[in-house]
Amino acid sequence: MQRTLPQPTPETQHFWDGCRQGELLLQRCGDCREAYFPPRAFCPKCLSRNVEIFRASGKARLYSYIINHRPRPDMGAEPHSIAVVSLAEGPRMMTNIIGCPQTPQALQLDMPVEVTFEVFGEIALPLFKPDGAEGQ
Amino acid sequence: MKPASIAVVGAAETTRLGKIPDMSVIGLHADAALNTLADAGLKASDIDGLATAGESPVALAHYLGITPTWVDGTQVGGCSFMLHVRHAAAAINEGLCSTVLITHGESGRSRVGGGGGFGGRGGSSLMGQFEAPYGVTGAPSMFTIPALRYMKTHGVTEEDLAWVAVIQREWAAKNPRASFRDPITVDDVLSSDMIAWPFRKLMCCLVTDGGGALILTSGERAKDFPRKPVYVLGTGESVETPMVSQMEDFTTSRAFRVSGQKAFAEAGINHSEVDHLMIYDAFAHLPLYGLEDLGFCKPGEAAGFIRERNTAPGGKLPLNTNGGGLSYMHSGMYGMYALQESVRQMRGVAPAQVPGAKIAVSHGVGGMFAASGTIIFGNEA
Repeated sequence: MQRTLPQPTPETQHFWDGCRQGELLLQRCGDCREAYFPPRAFCPKCLSRNVEIFRASGKARLYSYIINHRPRPDMGAEPHSIAVVSLAEGPRMMTNIIGCPQTPQALQLDMPVEVTFEVFGEIALPLFKPDGAEGQ
Repeated sequence: MKPASIAVVGAAETTRLGKIPDMSVIGLHADAALNTLADAGLKASDIDGLATAGESPVALAHYLGITPTWVDGTQVGGCSFMLHVRHAAAAINEGLCSTVLITHGESGRSRVGGGGGFGGRGGSSLMGQFEAPYGVTGAPSMFTIPALRYMKTHGVTEEDLAWVAVIQREWAAKNPRASFRDPITVDDVLSSDMIAWPFRKLMCCLVTDGGGALILTSGERAKDFPRKPVYVLGTGESVETPMVSQMEDFTTSRAFRVSGQKAFAEAGINHSEVDHLMIYDAFAHLPLYGLEDLGFCKPGEAAGFIRERNTAPGGKLPLNTNGGGLSYMHSGMYGMYALQESVRQMRGVAPAQVPGAKIAVSHGVGGMFAASGTIIFGNEA
C-alpha cells in the first residue's frame, strides 16, 4: 500500500526539493530573525515578506510522541512512533523516529536525534534517528 | 444592527490578480491579509477577530500568527463575506472582539492548493504535507501526541490517566442513557488494548451515533417558555493551530486559556462560584489540560485533584456528570452533549443532578487542540 505523501505547493516546494537533495531547509525572517516552519512567504511573527531560506543543522531533540498500534497498512504491520521533534534552530516538526526499537524504553523524551531522509518516488520524507554524537 | 456603529478601516486585494500559479489558496488569503493590514496600519497582533470562507479560520489564524477571541467560518457560497461583515458587526457590538479581519483567496484558474476547509487534510494542505505522511490515523494518534510531554513535565503517570476514566465511569453509572455504566478499575484501564502508547482503549472516547439541538432566544422572552430558562452568562472562543505538532507548548492549550479567560471575564464570576463543569473529554488527558487551562487547578495539579475525588460524585467540583465522551457517548463532535448536560444541570433535571447548582461551565475543544469554546450558564436571571 502506497504511503500517504505530501503534495507540495509553490510556497513549500523549496522544502521538499531540499529533502530530495538531503537537506533540511527552514526559513528565517530578514527583519526579526525568527526561524520558522512550516514554510510560507512571510514571517509569522512580524509578517515581514523579507524572508530567506537556510539549511538547518538537522539536529533535534525528541519533544513528544505516541506509538501507534492501530492498523495503518502503508506504515507496515508493526506499531510505529509518531513524534514531534524540536529542531536545534527552534521550530518543531512532526516526524517518525527510526533506527531504534519502537518502544517507550528506546524512545526517551529529550534524547538527541538527527535527520535522515527516506525516499518514496518523487518525495523524500525527513525522518529522525537517534544521534550517537551526544551534545552534537 | 445599530446604524453607523461599525466601520471598515482597511481594504485591499491580492498583490496580483488574474493568473497566479505560484500561490496556493492559503497564500492568496495571506497576501490579501498582509496588504489589508498595511492599508489599515495594523499588525497581526492588533487583530482579534477572523472570518473567512473556503479556508479554515483556524489554519489562517495560525498561518498569520493571529490569536483571535472570535472566528467565523460561515461558508454559504459567494456571499459569505457579506454574512461575515454582518456577523462581525454583531460580535464587535457585543464585545466578543474589537478588530476583525475578513479574508478571501481562491485559486479559481490555477487550482493550486485548495481544499483547506476546517481540518483540511488534503495532500496539499499543511496537515497533508507535514503531518499525514507520518502515519497519523485520526484523533487517537494525533490528539494524544502532546500528552507524553505533559506527563514528563508534571510527573503524571499512566495510572493518573486511568483515574480520569475510572471516575467518569462512576458518573456514567448514575445515568441510564450512558453507553457504558459498569464500574471499572485502574487495572481494567491499564490492561485494556493499546491504541497509541501511552493511551489504552479505555482512555479513549466511544464512537457512537446520536445528535442534539438547542434553541436560544432573548432572556426577556425566555420567561414565556414552558421550561425553566437557562441563561448564557459568559462566552469565550479561540483557535490556535490546525496542526497539533505546531502547538506553542504541549503542556497547555493556548486556545483553552484564551477562551476560558474571556468567558469568566464576561460572566464576571470567579472559579469558586462554579457548581458544575463539563470539559470535552475525547481522551483522558483533556480534563487535565482543561482543569488547568481554565484556571481550576495550577499547572500540574489536575491529576492529583481528580485522584483525590474532587471531581467525583460527592466532590466539590462535579465534572462530566453525564459520564463524558469516555463513557456517555461520543459521535465525533461531542460539544453538543457537553452543552446538553450543562442545560440539564441548570434546569435541575440531570440523572446525576448536582443539588442546588446555579452556575455551570461547558468547555469544548475542536480538532486536536485546534479550537476552543467556553459557555458559562446560570439559572438565575
